[in-house]
Amino acid sequence: MSVPAIELRGITKTFGQVIANKNVDLVVNRGEILSILGENGSGKTTLMNMISGIYYPDSGQILIDGKEVVIRSPRDAFQYKIGMIHQHFKLVDVFTAAENVILGMENEKYNLKEAADHVRKICDQYGFELDPEKKIYAMSVSEKQTVEIIKVLYRGADILILDEPTAVLTPQETDKLFAVLRRMRDAGKSVIIITHKLHEVMSLSDKVAVLRKGEYIGTVKTSETTEADLTEMMVGKKVSLNIDRSDPNHPQDRLEVKGIDLVSPEGIRILDDISFTARGGEILGIAGVAGSGQKELLEAIAGLQPLSGGEILYNNPKTGETENLRNKTPLEIRELGVRLSFVPEDRLGMGLVGNMDIIDNMMLRSYKKGRGIFVRKQEPRELADTIIKDLEVNTPSATTPVRRLSGGNVQKVLVGREIAARPTVLMAAYPVRGLDINSSYTIYNLLNDQKDLGAAVIFVGEDLDVLMELCDRIMVICAGRITGIVDGRSAKKEELGLLMTGKEAEDE
Amino acid sequence: MNTVIAFLTRAIVQAIPLLFGSTGEILTEKSGHLNLGIPGIMYVGGISGVIGSFLYEQSVGPENIQYLPAVLIPLCCCLLGSLCMGLIYSFLTVTLRANQNVTGLALTTFGTGFGNFFGGSLIKISGNDVPSITLTATSNMFCKKLPFAASLGPVGRLFFSYSFLAYAAVVIALVTSWILTGTRIGLNLRAVGENPATADAAGINVSRYKYAATCIGSMIAGLGGLFYVMDYAAGVWSNNAFGDRGWLAVALVIFSIWRPNVAILGSFLFGGLFIVHNYIPNLGVATQELIKMTPYVVTIIVLIFTSVRKRREDQPPASLGLSYFREER
Repeated sequence: MSVPAIELRGITKTFGQVIANKNVDLVVNRGEILSILGENGSGKTTLMNMISGIYYPDSGQILIDGKEVVIRSPRDAFQYKIGMIHQHFKLVDVFTAAENVILGMENEKYNLKEAADHVRKICDQYGFELDPEKKIYAMSVSEKQTVEIIKVLYRGADILILDEPTAVLTPQETDKLFAVLRRMRDAGKSVIIITHKLHEVMSLSDKVAVLRKGEYIGTVKTSETTEADLTEMMVGKKVSLNIDRSDPNHPQDRLEVKGIDLVSPEGIRILDDISFTARGGEILGIAGVAGSGQKELLEAIAGLQPLSGGEILYNNPKTGETENLRNKTPLEIRELGVRLSFVPEDRLGMGLVGNMDIIDNMMLRSYKKGRGIFVRKQEPRELADTIIKDLEVNTPSATTPVRRLSGGNVQKVLVGREIAARPTVLMAAYPVRGLDINSSYTIYNLLNDQKDLGAAVIFVGEDLDVLMELCDRIMVICAGRITGIVDGRSAKKEELGLLMTGKEAEDE
Repeated sequence: MNTVIAFLTRAIVQAIPLLFGSTGEILTEKSGHLNLGIPGIMYVGGISGVIGSFLYEQSVGPENIQYLPAVLIPLCCCLLGSLCMGLIYSFLTVTLRANQNVTGLALTTFGTGFGNFFGGSLIKISGNDVPSITLTATSNMFCKKLPFAASLGPVGRLFFSYSFLAYAAVVIALVTSWILTGTRIGLNLRAVGENPATADAAGINVSRYKYAATCIGSMIAGLGGLFYVMDYAAGVWSNNAFGDRGWLAVALVIFSIWRPNVAILGSFLFGGLFIVHNYIPNLGVATQELIKMTPYVVTIIVLIFTSVRKRREDQPPASLGLSYFREER
């Protein structure tokens, strides 16, 4: 038995109260591709960042070639021939590929021509297609990724870590990348790939390590496992949360989305033939791994994304008419009562102005109502006071800048403002991300209240347990496609997990 | 013919302070820092040199001064003065991450006040009737020409009739240009100005590059002030005579699309445009002022062209004006 290229023993890392990784053991041999599989927030990237020197573990050992090492910076990682390709590329746009590759390599003579030749050699060896003289800004996403990979190979990396490399690639580019990775494995390198796409795991890797909520579940050989087994390892058993759920109150079709398509400027298909109906008096949950198109879908409904196909029909409960939202401006859509409540990846950026107080933030939605050039502060002030009282916002006063409030309170202000307008469609993306338990339940109750008042609530969540207890129906999307719509009361966690990873429901 | 030669030599003399200023500013901007303190720094460079040479002339008497100290003392004072300005700027913007525009403008105001205060003080000490200090002896040392220039006729006058600082300006611009495009240091510096996070990840010490570029850039710019007093103004310092040359230097940076070698020709053009009204007979005051405006107009035109063409290589460094925070985790 040969010595593993890299071995982790009992790695633990916490950020404040949150445990990101707990007692993780991992072994990767030479000439092997290991997939790290897990849901969002399961600690995959954190774990890899500890190997590449961005974080330092709280406890545990890292062994390279059987010897214990200390990795405190990316530079140390290079020294141990570890190279990580991050999701967000670190490249200088106006430089050529070769210039980017040699950036920071102080111990080598500065000679761009030789560097370019060396890059070409690496390309030939592993089957990349890249012009070293090409400027980064003229490159496609896949070419940029190639530059990143060559950057670490140029530095002689033997252990390559790729963080969700296929998220930005087309299927053809993914196939090419996998071919290259297999060639690297055959050349004796160790490849670690972070992913949450099961079919990629099955087709590419030799071994799979599964993480769930920071805990290490186990490593299995790909040849000895099935997608169903992996899903079970990934999502675990159901946990009961006791969220109140009322029965839908005379549901009526409010929003009919018919076959919408969305293509990004880079030519990647983000939404692919999405069709569903959201009903008033019902909570429709949307499940899926991050970046499957959830955010874009909500933005499309709110009129913030130009669609390339399909239509969005809105049955106006006040007039009884049906209107096509695709022809309307975001403002008109808002006026109809369709509210995109928040996307807390950028909680302050999307909905609130951090330096303004609660009253002024209320006014952002009503400033058009003033007469002439003067704003009217009376109404927003009353609204702010109501929200603070009803939602128990913990703030010194209504004139405190919102950036000084804690995450949960900011969230309450945001959602309070949106529901104050009595929306007919309320869309909420990850509304409880980063909130403590009590604040989360406050938000769930708010959504339930809106449902009982007859609004069509669309809830994008990441915790399957929450989705299964809060939503009446759950729609699962994967890579921009709907893989299934299931009943929230009878759904099984494994079923949802499989749908999330791209296995389409059989009865559809 | 003689008028043309006279115009050209005068234009070049006019151009040199601008060239120093923009070479320094280009170097600074390549590290991602927009130093609007350049006018103040050039002013401080000038007055520092004046203080040094004034004290030296006073201590030995103007008729007894030696070449080497007469040149080196003002030179060192000038470099020291502008280095201090550069250090203040980089401490505020790199270490404390203050707003670059505000810091720069404050330094310009401060530099002008500093110069005028010490200028006024020296005038008072010297007890002159006119509100200026005259350092003719030192200026003569600075203006020593190449001995063979006179014998070469118009060619000699056009190419070899300048003081050593003028040639230094051109050489510094060329060297800066070479460092930026042809060396690893230049590559690293440009990476810092374009995308500091990437440079940081590649193991480049971002703060050190920013400090070095800003301070060296300030020292180069300061030499522009010294050249102005000792050569252009023939050793006569009077408050506020430096005018808006500092801003012209900043405009020249844009005109030369962040390339020091282009700035050489650009500065000659600016210098020419700045004084051409003196060589056109029968101009009214209004027309003269309009012609003096042309360098700015030309800069705006260049700005329009580069903005419309959107060639990425002609754009300012991508992170120009932005403070760099390493992502805290």
